[in-house]
Amino acid sequence: MAFTGIFLILFLIVHAVANSCIFLNDGGATYNGVAHFLSHNWIVRFLEIGLFVGLFAHIIQGLMLTMQNNSKRPVKYAVNAGNATSKWYSRSMGILGSLLLIFLVIHLKDFFIGTKIALYSGDAPHNLFEEMKEEFENPIIVGVYLVGVIALCWHLIHGFASAFQTIGVNSPKYNSLIRNAGYVYTILICLAFAMMPIAFHFGWIQ
Amino acid sequence: MAINNRIPAGELAQKWSTYKSTCKLVNPANKRSIDIIVVGTGLAGASAAATLAELGYNVKTFCFQDSGRRAHSIAAQGGINAAKNYQNDGDSVYRLFYDTIKGGDYRAREANVHRLAEVSGNIIDQCVAQGVPFAREYGGLLSNRSFGGTQVQRTFYAAGQTGQQLLLGAYSAQMRQVSIGAIKEYNRHEMLDVVTIDGKARGIIARNLVTGEIERHGAHAVLLCTGGYGNVFFLSTNAMGSNVTAAWKAHKKGAMFGNPCFTQIHPTCIPVSGDHQSKLTLMSESLRNDGRIWVPKKQNDTRKAFDIPEEERDYYLERRYPAFGNLVPRDVASRAAKERCDAGYGVGTSKMAVYLDFASAIKRYGKIEATKQGLANASEDEIIKMGKQVVKEKYGNLFEMYAKITGEDPYTVPMRIYPAVHYTMGGLWVDYELMTNVPGLYALGEANFSDHGANRLGASALMQGLADGYFVIPYTIGNYLADEIRTPKIDVNQKAFDDAEKEVKDRISHFMNNKGTKSVDYFHKKLGLIMWDKCGMARNAEGLKQAIQEIRVLREEFWNEVRVPGSADSLNPELDKAGRVADFLELGELMCMDALNREESCGGHFREEHQTEEGEALRHDDKFMYVSCWENKGNYQWELHKEDLVYDVIHPSQRNYK
Amino acid sequence: MEHSNINLNLKVWRQKNAQDTGKFETYKAENISTEMSFLEMFDVVNEKLINEGQDPIAFDHDCREGICGMCSMHINGRAHGPWDGTTTCQLHMRAFKDGETVTVEPWRASAFPVLKDLVVDRSAFDRIQQAGGYVSVNTGNAQDGNALPINKELADASFDAAMCIGCGACVAACKNSSAMLFTSAKVSQYALLPQGEPERKTRVLNMVAQMDKEGFGACTNTGACEAECPKEISISNIARLNREYLSAQLSL
Repeated sequence: MAFTGIFLILFLIVHAVANSCIFLNDGGATYNGVAHFLSHNWIVRFLEIGLFVGLFAHIIQGLMLTMQNNSKRPVKYAVNAGNATSKWYSRSMGILGSLLLIFLVIHLKDFFIGTKIALYSGDAPHNLFEEMKEEFENPIIVGVYLVGVIALCWHLIHGFASAFQTIGVNSPKYNSLIRNAGYVYTILICLAFAMMPIAFHFGWIQ
Repeated sequence: MAINNRIPAGELAQKWSTYKSTCKLVNPANKRSIDIIVVGTGLAGASAAATLAELGYNVKTFCFQDSGRRAHSIAAQGGINAAKNYQNDGDSVYRLFYDTIKGGDYRAREANVHRLAEVSGNIIDQCVAQGVPFAREYGGLLSNRSFGGTQVQRTFYAAGQTGQQLLLGAYSAQMRQVSIGAIKEYNRHEMLDVVTIDGKARGIIARNLVTGEIERHGAHAVLLCTGGYGNVFFLSTNAMGSNVTAAWKAHKKGAMFGNPCFTQIHPTCIPVSGDHQSKLTLMSESLRNDGRIWVPKKQNDTRKAFDIPEEERDYYLERRYPAFGNLVPRDVASRAAKERCDAGYGVGTSKMAVYLDFASAIKRYGKIEATKQGLANASEDEIIKMGKQVVKEKYGNLFEMYAKITGEDPYTVPMRIYPAVHYTMGGLWVDYELMTNVPGLYALGEANFSDHGANRLGASALMQGLADGYFVIPYTIGNYLADEIRTPKIDVNQKAFDDAEKEVKDRISHFMNNKGTKSVDYFHKKLGLIMWDKCGMARNAEGLKQAIQEIRVLREEFWNEVRVPGSADSLNPELDKAGRVADFLELGELMCMDALNREESCGGHFREEHQTEEGEALRHDDKFMYVSCWENKGNYQWELHKEDLVYDVIHPSQRNYK
Repeated sequence: MEHSNINLNLKVWRQKNAQDTGKFETYKAENISTEMSFLEMFDVVNEKLINEGQDPIAFDHDCREGICGMCSMHINGRAHGPWDGTTTCQLHMRAFKDGETVTVEPWRASAFPVLKDLVVDRSAFDRIQQAGGYVSVNTGNAQDGNALPINKELADASFDAAMCIGCGACVAACKNSSAMLFTSAKVSQYALLPQGEPERKTRVLNMVAQMDKEGFGACTNTGACEAECPKEISISNIARLNREYLSAQLSL
């Protein structure tokens, strides 16, 4: 979980930075350029396979882990400690992950599939920027995206520090550094992603 | 019966090494076909089981807890003595030997105690090698502290959890042998009888406490490492399950009981808070290194400790025993506390407590810390804050425990303490080889009577338990088993097993069918009160005679009126307790008889008729320089045999800690 | 210390044996002194049950001073009850309010089957220890205790891990019933000391394999074990185990 998690954490940085080009407010010129480069560069195309492998591994591992762990306590407690001993989001990584999975399906259908079709059908250059703009006019889609980002936020708040713990990085010297880095990372990434649908929806980006 | 303690001839310091090089041996091939049963998995049991299995014997271990690691050795706090002289303060094997004999008020065997002192160093080495994390100095070497009854620092420790660490070390060695099949564990099992055939111990009857099944186990030798019997007092620092049953069954099968009345009352325990109390909690003796014990100078003083000015406090141990001060041996400190409380100087709501005060230690450490940090003008508050930190590092877990139990903060309010039953020096009589007078039946650790005389010094119980298990029994058992190599595997279908099993089953069915009106605890508490009042810290002839009568009446009532709910074929803690209390009700009588017989005061045994003008214990070496060995004659009759104690090296004198 | 008497409603899990399905029963605990320990309160309730001819509630306990690790009650949703760093036997009735309903359950995990009422079978811990929780040194093989100086900080850290009392609260508290805190404490104790070095790799691999075999869940770093551990053993030990495990796997 941890290795694939860290891999995905790194991917999210690339994804967020690339997408943040929309905030340049240049009518999508830079953003579409980056998107074009990423979708046509063969090295990136190759890495993309790795990304999907990592993503699927993370999903499969997560589902299996959650199911296995749930089976280890056949008789449940009548009273649970709740938040007294652990954080709700730490206990809910399976649910948060499932939400993210649903979101991911919608997200890929919205943007990824279209891009691929455009790429392989040899149509005119695919304008991802315009597509985003259209999509996010619909408040329901904006809502779905915000839910996805919130799920991602809590998933990362636990996942970031947890990944380090799992690979054995834990020392009194660096623990608070890792924790805080996790918070900063999560806030920046989630803010960036949340602002995209919002900015389009309210017409802050033209 | 003639008593043969089998102490080897020769000079004291040479006895053990001579013994080791001349005792009989069992060759490795023969060891594989010899079975040994070890009952109890505390320090003595676990270390013996592991070591014997390492040597190649087939070992079975039994304990009533759910895991070997739970044995009550785990609760020992303060430390373990060893004559390493790492501190360069004049320690030696001889001095440890001498301190232990003197601490025991000259009622222990010289040869046994000298052997104990000789192997004490090996114990530390062995434990370190096992990965026991002892406290260390900054240079990386082992740290020591001092304990009562000594003037050197020879106590090795692991914070306030030395017993835990040593036991887990022995347990890990035991688990290693379990993993290779050399030891077979029987946890949640209780031994309910010893089986003897032709006078030799050949096995045990045990009950599976989960299924209620009665099992037979045969062996060429049986080791009882079952601890002490302090729970005869109901309230003690022992674990709830600690009991005398194994030792008592052995006693009834012919093993003599040695010095049953020698009980250690530990001076620093948390006082009783009410009738609901189920056990007492010890605060490590190590606290007396820094804590000062006092009571108000005025009788029935109702002021809070804080409001009593320095000059109105009586630091009675420092006053009476300036040389040892707060670090006098346990029996002396306990009696002194009782004396003050009986005279009306006690503190707290019950008035049966004295203060153990860390205020001056906190200040002293605070000042040292301030100097260390170069704070010349540190304020009083800062000094106290720093001092509390140092005290916390040294005794933090003990202070926390006190706070949880009493609800008071011992960093600001002095602790209230009172003596409580802690250890029993008496136990099954054993010879130099740790064998009882029943061949093939051994007793190790607190279960035997051997090394502490009439009073045990702090940090010596862990030493003895591990000495017996790691370094004594592996040699001495060979001396017996060498003659048993032709004995085939013990057949458990023999008549002796039938008889023992029938007796065990009859007793259980009596409990189950009795349908009385009172719970087991009702009788246990009553017995405890009789014992504490009349056979406790101070005893007299009249009280002991009364106690014997009262115990007989109580025992009668127990057998008629005890109620054991549930069934015998399932987990039934009440049934387990009933059997244990039945044995305590017999042991209690013997303890009182022994105390009545011993017309002197020595160590923990204080007969009010026999004291010096200053109220110190008064021994009568001319008449009582012996071990009382009680033989069970059945029907609550006992015969006293005497093993004379011969002092070749040390000349017994009045103990002086002034 | 000031004290008062309180009355409580107890909701206790009763189960005849391992095969029984079990259910909750309610009992009244009356006139309970706030100075009692939680187990002494149970003694009072049991005494009453015995006098009424009923089967008393079975529970594990022994030393009653917080060190043997035998007591094991899940109280109001918390392993060992509401106080931090405390075993059930050291929990005192001051922690409860008059009239409160207190729910008491056994440790729940498939690796810790219930034997009766609140008593569970924790022998899986023994088997994890047997898989490698030792230094293979026969009695008599040792060199002088001071022959090998050990850095004080490492020795202290090793002791902090070795304080584990094997009560199983970590498993009981973990939503995955994971035994990682227990196992990592043992692995850490030896990994931090030079004595543990020769068997370092096989130890961690074997102990983890045994832990999995016993049916404990996997760690997801929720931290509940650390929060409930009566000896406050740190999950940094779990990180150390992970480190040891990774490096052992990569290097063998």
